[in-house]
Parts: sequence; C-alpha cells; structure tokens
Amino acid sequence: MRAGRWLLLVVALIAVSLVAIAVGTISIPISGLWDAVRGAGDPLSATVVRTLRLPRVVAAILVGSGLGVSGAALQGTLRNPLAEPYLLGVSGGAAVGAVVATALGLGVVLLPLAAFAGAIVAVVAAFVVARAAGGRGDPRVLLMAGVVVGAFANAAIMVLLANAEPNVVRNALWWMMGSVGDATWPQIGVLALYIGVAGGALVLFGREIDVLALGADAAAGLGVDVDRATRRVFLVASLVAAATVAAAGLVGFVGLVVPHIVRATGVRRHRPLLIGSALTGATLVVLADLLGRILMPPAELPLGAVTALIGVPFFLAKLRRLT
Amino acid sequence: MIAFRDVVVRYPGAAADAVRGVSFDAATAGLTAVVGPNGSGKSTLVRALIGRVPLASGTIALDDVLVGGLSGDERARRIAVVSQREDLAFPTLVSEYVALGRFPHLGVWHAAGPEDRRAIADATASAGVTGLDERRIDTLSGGEWQRVRLARALAQSAEALVLDEPTAFLDVAHEMAVFELLHRVARSGQAVLLVSHQLNLVARFADHLVLLHRGAVAAAGLPDEVMRAEILEPVYEWPLVVTRDPAVGAPALVPLRGRTSAGRPNGQ
Repeated sequence: MRAGRWLLLVVALIAVSLVAIAVGTISIPISGLWDAVRGAGDPLSATVVRTLRLPRVVAAILVGSGLGVSGAALQGTLRNPLAEPYLLGVSGGAAVGAVVATALGLGVVLLPLAAFAGAIVAVVAAFVVARAAGGRGDPRVLLMAGVVVGAFANAAIMVLLANAEPNVVRNALWWMMGSVGDATWPQIGVLALYIGVAGGALVLFGREIDVLALGADAAAGLGVDVDRATRRVFLVASLVAAATVAAAGLVGFVGLVVPHIVRATGVRRHRPLLIGSALTGATLVVLADLLGRILMPPAELPLGAVTALIGVPFFLAKLRRLT
Repeated sequence: MIAFRDVVVRYPGAAADAVRGVSFDAATAGLTAVVGPNGSGKSTLVRALIGRVPLASGTIALDDVLVGGLSGDERARRIAVVSQREDLAFPTLVSEYVALGRFPHLGVWHAAGPEDRRAIADATASAGVTGLDERRIDTLSGGEWQRVRLARALAQSAEALVLDEPTAFLDVAHEMAVFELLHRVARSGQAVLLVSHQLNLVARFADHLVLLHRGAVAAAGLPDEVMRAEILEPVYEWPLVVTRDPAVGAPALVPLRGRTSAGRPNGQ
C-alpha cells in the first residue's frame, strides 16, 4: 500500500474520533476539545468528554481494531473469505458466559470476565472437536468445529433465556447487541494491553499467514509447520476477539467485512492487511457508535446493528466486483 | 544429493502401505525423474519429504543429513518443493508471491536484504517470468502460473529442487520450456527431483529414472534401461511399444490402441 493510503486511513480515524468526541447531546466546538480533554475550560464539557465520550471512543477504537486484525488473520490462515472470529464459536461462547452472569445477577464488573471465560471455553471446545475429528490444523475442520460449537452455544442461550426473568432477557439481549457506552478506564487499560500484545503478535505472524494462505502443501514446502501455525493464529485471533466481546458485547460484521474493504484497496500481504484492518475496523466502530448515538436521540441504536448496517453496503459492492 | 532409503509410508487409517520400501538417489547436478501410474506412490514420496505424512520406516537424507531431523526452515533453505496442488485463497501479485520463496531465510523477524532481492531477481529471470511482476496470480495462464511457481521455488536458493507434476495442464511449448529450465537448473549444480507423467519428455531430459509400481520400485536406471516395453507394459497394464525419438535417439513410448475385455490387445 502506498504511503498516501496509510495517511488517509490514519487521518480518517482521527477525524471520525474527533467528531465522535465533539458531537452529542452537548456539542463541544472542535477548538474547545483539547481543553476539555485536559480538564480545563468549561467544567461540564470537560466532565462529558473525560468520563463519557473519550473512554467510549477509545474503547470503540480498541474493539474495532481487535476485530479487524482478528478477522484478517483468520481469513488468511483458514483460507476462507467468510471466516471471522464470531463464526468460530467465540461470540456464542462469550454470549453464554454473559447470559449466565446476567442470570446469576453477577453485575457489570464480573460480566466481562464471564463473557471472556465463555469465549475461551468455546475456543477450547472447538479445538477439542477438531482434534476428535482428526484434523487438528485442517482449516476446514477448524471452521466446522467452530460453527458446531457456536450452534451449541446458541441452543444453550435459548434454553437459558426461555425461563429467565424478563429483565434478565432484556439485559442479555442488550449485551448481545453490543455497546461501548459503559467502557471504564480500567477496563480500557486491560483491553489496550491485551489487544496491543496479541494484535502485535498477529502482525508479527503476518508473513507466516502469507505462507499459510498458499495452502497446506505449499506452506509445508516453505518450512512452516502448518498444523501448529494454524492453531497458533486461530488461538491468538480468538483471544483478541474474546477480549473485544468481553469489553463491548457482540459487535457483528466488523471482523468479516473490514479485511475485505482493505483488500479491495489493493493490499494483499498480511502484515499491511492486518495493520490496515486494525485502522479501518477502529474507524468503522467509532463511526458506528457515533451514528448510533446521534441518529435517533435520545435513544441509542445498538452498536452491533449499526456496524452491520454500514458493513453490508461495502460487502455488497465487493460482491458485485467479484461477479 | 537426496537419498531415499527403504522408505515406507502408510496413511493414517489406510489398510496398506502407500510406499513400500523405496530406495533411490537424486544426485547433485542431475535430473532424477520418478514416474509410474496414478496411485503408485510418487506424490506420497514428495509429501513424506516435506513432512506432510510421517515415515513408517526408512530414511530420507540430504547429503547425509536426515531431512526429518531438520527444522522446517532449515529444510526449506536446502530443499525447495513445488507441490502438485496449490490454490491461493486470496490472489497476490506475482512479485509478492515469488518473494515468499525467501520466507525460509527471513522467517517473521528479518527484513529482506540485498541478498534476498538478488535471489528473487535471479529466480524471476531464470524462470522467464520477468515482466509479470505486477500481474495478479489469478490473471495468469496455466503456463505462466507454473513458471511463477518455479520462480518462487528457485528464489529459495536451495541446493535441491523437488517438483510434483510441474507440467500438468501445459501445452507442448510450455512443457518443453519447463523441462529445458529444469535441465539448466540441474546443470548449474542443483539436485533436481521430478515427479512426472510425461514419460517421453522425462526420457529425453532425465539423467536417472525411477519407475514406481504399487508403492515399490519396479525399475531404476538410465532412461534407456527403464524405457522398455517389457518393463513398462506390466506396470501401466496397457499395450505399448517403445521407439526412438528421431532427433536425439531417446526412447519414446507409444501406447497402442485396441484392447479386448480380456485385457489383451486385439490381434496380438
């Protein structure tokens, strides 16, 4: 990718983020943003920015970049344009964890941990299923194992919610629609560390993903232990997705559509693809969160729905170019 | 030199061995061809070499070093392999694809240096794919794609080159071009091991021929020693005659028409 396009991606992310911090029920002029962030100037603006909008935007950036990186890594490694973290049981497992936590009344502090635990259990279950099927590192078997685990998780959610209290059902549904509105700074710190390290590892493996994308025999010929490398990417990418789900619930379509958007701009090698997907995913989620806040005030549209609404046209345009 | 010694391979869950005690050498600065009917174990040997199927017994060694004892990148720095099937999930540019041949040298940590760029440029020139750099893999013709795959393998700068059916789907001119290229690579000092169905081309270019039949070596030696009707007919289970290539006198196989239900040729 040429330098100009990178610049464009970064500028787009910064611009969308600034607008997202400035716009809302209380609008803040761009000129007053820096003062508000520092805590100077108008105290109300400062409070709104520092405790509400800034954490929200930073969380959206982290969630979007995590999902983008995760999706791009999984598509390349599993050699499948439809692969995405949510397809592989991560979202289903996290949702089961979240629903259980909601049903037990565990509260907002433990819910992310429960969701994360559920996602990990689902990923491990997918591995166990794939191993039992005899194709530990076979992309097709891993994909099918993930889909099966996801289907099981959905069934479990329906069973759990069928006889639950109405407010439990409502809370669980809200969580499943995704939101970065409740982000707190400590949560964001953990998420940043997590996505920085695991996402960075995926970018490092980018060159290996280039080789894996050639197919098992060609990758083995180039000296890659295909089974081990596939499992490694699967695991790290799933962990990144699990962390985003724990922080923001289910934000659909980002992991699937973002890598395709970046590929459509002519990026093919996985290192730039992963970095580009992080930037584009971040921009998309910040934009979606902004639109969800301002389209029908005072109501907020669920983040997961808005990302899909933005993502679908991109995906359709891409499909049209394919055929 | 790649030395196969008493190699036995059995696929998991299979009732019989796919390769039953195969021994032969692919000499340095030579072109060795493994031929044989479909299912005779040719590709299995290549898959065993790159560790895609485990050896049940026997050894594969490169210059007295056991290939199984090398790490993946060590092996790929010394043996370049062009496997039979390869389809890219997401098409790349030719230049990006050929550059992947340097992966065993660079891994995920090192940046490409002058040596890598030189290896890529040399490989691109030898394989005759200069000018295709900016093309996307999915826009190449079959002949271009095979040569681009060869360029990637040459970019590995390995001392041995192993190819599984490198001329599948190619027309006569492209087939010849690939064989001429492999011949040059062998003459430049690499050990070239080739799995092929093109008996007549192999007979003209190879220094050493290994005929596999049901997982075992049915015959091995110079093309003249292996390309004999009495050897080939029972292996391919088809009536044939061996004549001479009019230009260089290499043995050439001509399968005959006509076959009764009893499995014997008509009128013979």
